[in-house]
Order: sequence, then C-alpha cells, then structure tokens
Amino acid sequence: MAPSRDEVFTTIREVLTDALGVDDDEVVAEATLQGDLGAESIDFLDIVFRLEKAFAIKIPKGELFPDDILNNPEFVDGDKVTPEGLEQLKAAMPHADFSQFADAPFVSKMPELFTVNTIVNYVEIKLAAA
Amino acid sequence: MRWIWIDAFVEFVSKQRASAVKNVTLAEDYLHDHFPGYPVMPPTLMIEGMAQTAGILVGEARGFAENVILAKIRSAAFSDYAGPGDQLRYDATVDSLDERAAVTSGTVFKNGSQIGNVDLMFSHVNQAEKTLDLPDHNFVFTQQFMNLLAGFRRLDADGSGITHGG
Repeated sequence: MAPSRDEVFTTIREVLTDALGVDDDEVVAEATLQGDLGAESIDFLDIVFRLEKAFAIKIPKGELFPDDILNNPEFVDGDKVTPEGLEQLKAAMPHADFSQFADAPFVSKMPELFTVNTIVNYVEIKLAAA
Repeated sequence: MRWIWIDAFVEFVSKQRASAVKNVTLAEDYLHDHFPGYPVMPPTLMIEGMAQTAGILVGEARGFAENVILAKIRSAAFSDYAGPGDQLRYDATVDSLDERAAVTSGTVFKNGSQIGNVDLMFSHVNQAEKTLDLPDHNFVFTQQFMNLLAGFRRLDADGSGITHGG
C-alpha cells in the first residue's frame, strides 16, 4: 500500500534535514529549498540521490528539478519566461504550484517553484505510478 | 606539488569498494605545527584521504573518462585522533553512481579500530563541458594518482589486480 501524504512528508523532512543540515521545524510544506532552506546547486543532486534511496524510486535527470528548459532562448524574453516557456515548465513540472509564479514569471523567481510541497507532490506521483 | 594522502590500496573491487592505507609519520611537515609538541593529523586531511580513496574508486568505475570532483561532504565524524606511528585505513563503498555524480560511504580505521565515518558526494565533470572553463586534460587523475593503482596491480598477490565484483 502506498504511504500516506503525511508519511511521505515525514520521510522527505528527514531527507532534507540530512541533505541540508537544517532543523526539523524549518522543513515546512511551503519552505523554498534555496531561499528558506539554503540549498545550493549540488544539494539538488544530493536530494535526488537521497529520495531515490528513501523511496526506492528512479528519478531521471531533470524530472524533479528541470534545469534546461530555460536554456532555450525561445522560452525567455529578457528577465521573464515567455508564455510558451511557461507552458513548457508547467508540462515538465505537474508537481509544482504555478499559481503565484504565473502572474509574474520572472526567471529569478523560478527557484520559488521548488518547495518542500513540490517534492512531496512529485514523490506521490512517482509512487502512484509505480 | 605532492598532494597524495594515501600510501597504497589494499583492496579494490571495481565499481563496489576500495580500501587504502596511510601510515602517519613525523617526516610529514604539518605534524610539527599541528600541534607543536602534540602532533595529530587534522581530520580535514583524513577526509582528503577518504576523498582520494573513494574518488579513484569512482573514477575507475567509469574508465577515468571524467574529472571526478569532490562536490560535497555529506557527513564526517571522528571519535579519535591519529598521530605519528599510526596506520589509517580508509574503506570506501559506492552507494550510487551514474553519469552525473556518485555517492560513497566510508569508514576510517586507526590501527584496526574504527575512528570515523566520512560520506561523500562526487560530481562528474567532462572535459568537453567548455562552459566551465576547465583545462583540456584530466586534471584530477594525474600520473601520481594513477601510479597508486598501478602499484596495487603490481603488489596484488595473485597477480589479478583489480577485482570485478559480481
């Protein structure tokens, strides 16, 4: 039987406290990985490896944290993501909440899509498909 | 510059695990400053010894095609000092390995007794990634490091060199 959302969250909290050296109470659903929890680029890969082990899942490159979509010049206009780019991001990240980002899709705001909740959603989708 | 913090491999199972030893000696300059009258090997250098053991293990697994960069010390904890006359052994095990990176877990022993754990993460950096402004050659696995493995092959009792675990 698939674990409940609370159980998934609890495991992810352990993963993030180990990977980022933060306290349990800092890992709340809305916390952003970079802004609130201080994750650096290499930490994202560390988190991926730890999630794979914790949940016995395989996370292909770029699936949880898409990192190359905005390398396409068609998807960025100045400091903003184009409507086409936004659609690409939404398609690539069904696990992310775009409700705020979509209003003002600045490239610099993209890290705010990567929250604890984003990871919980992703793992739930992966476990449901397993 | 010599920056070799392991003396010899004593076990090497490709893609799985490796053990290397390091004999700590007063011939090493740093021990006279760390600390005067109380020579102990800085734990940071034991982490480096584990990084070299595990890094060569990871590099060999992919044919030394990429530069293997120590990307993150996932955890490191020591319960005892090591000093002149002690022999350290670094046991490293590959936990995860793919085209992006590798994760290893490691145990440090002093004269046979466990004194620490060092878990590391390595990033694979291909020389072809010009955006990183890296040298064209493999700047991690220099001849000095490769000689360590060559020495292991020579010393291996049954002459088989590196073993390949199933």
